[in-house]
Amino acid sequence: MSLSGAWYLGLAAIVFTIGAIGLLVRRNVLIMFMCIELMLNAANLTFVTFARMLGDIGGQVLVFFVLVVAAAEVVVGLGIVVTNFRRRETTVADDLDSLKG
Amino acid sequence: MLHATLLAASSRPTWPDVLVFAASAAVILVGSIGVVTSRNPVHAALSLVMTLFGVAVLFIEQEADFLAAVQIIVYAGAIVVLFLFVIMFLGVDRAEDITIEPLGGQRPLALVFSLITLAGILAMAATAHWVTGAKQVVGPIQGHVAGVNSPAGEPAQLGKQLFTTYLFAFEATAALLVIAVVGAVVLARRPPTVEAEPEVTESELPA
Repeated sequence: MSLSGAWYLGLAAIVFTIGAIGLLVRRNVLIMFMCIELMLNAANLTFVTFARMLGDIGGQVLVFFVLVVAAAEVVVGLGIVVTNFRRRETTVADDLDSLKG
Repeated sequence: MLHATLLAASSRPTWPDVLVFAASAAVILVGSIGVVTSRNPVHAALSLVMTLFGVAVLFIEQEADFLAAVQIIVYAGAIVVLFLFVIMFLGVDRAEDITIEPLGGQRPLALVFSLITLAGILAMAATAHWVTGAKQVVGPIQGHVAGVNSPAGEPAQLGKQLFTTYLFAFEATAALLVIAVVGAVVLARRPPTVEAEPEVTESELPA
């Protein structure tokens, strides 16, 4: 039998935190997107663990929806990055300061 | 039965399970730290692939075999390839200098607040014992691990729930995907050049 759910949930919490730190610290938009994917994966791991602990397959169905939303988010986000790169020649968030007073 | 099996699961895991968990946890942590600390975006994307494979192993370990396959196909196969495609397409696959921080004190603050969040999650989990009560939200329990006792196995259970209980959400995701595709096409479309129109009117004016 597998390890108790607490181990998986603790690991997921740590991965979520690493993703959050990356999202706050990094300035490259592409890497910020990857950090969001990390956080989504941590949430997926939590869902699967709860599905096992509670004996309810609803958690696994939710992982399915998270995958779809992540795919849609990446498609639109990368479209915005490409459009923005055409205009400003940069993928660094700090360079997008047109509204700076 | 649920509590008995949970107790048995928590009290005596077999050594291969411990080994698999430890190995994939190491892979996941190294990969996720690699995503955050890589100077080159390509290396970050490859570290992300590593993390995704580790998570897929943990999915299999928790008897979510179908989701592990979907995780590899959709995440590692599609999303990360899309990332790599955009990185190569834009030509930003150069190492950047991440030692410079334009906003003073932002990194320590980000670290502190993220660790506070982690501590909050763990403290909440320790007091609530991770699980807050409900044994079951929807559908019949098929043994303590979802779908394992049903004759068709876990993918069949997943599909049954997806097309009955979660049908509306499923249809909504279909609409979401269509909207995302249309949005990506609109964003990627090059706007028509504005110089073309005045030339046409000027050439028509003398005539």
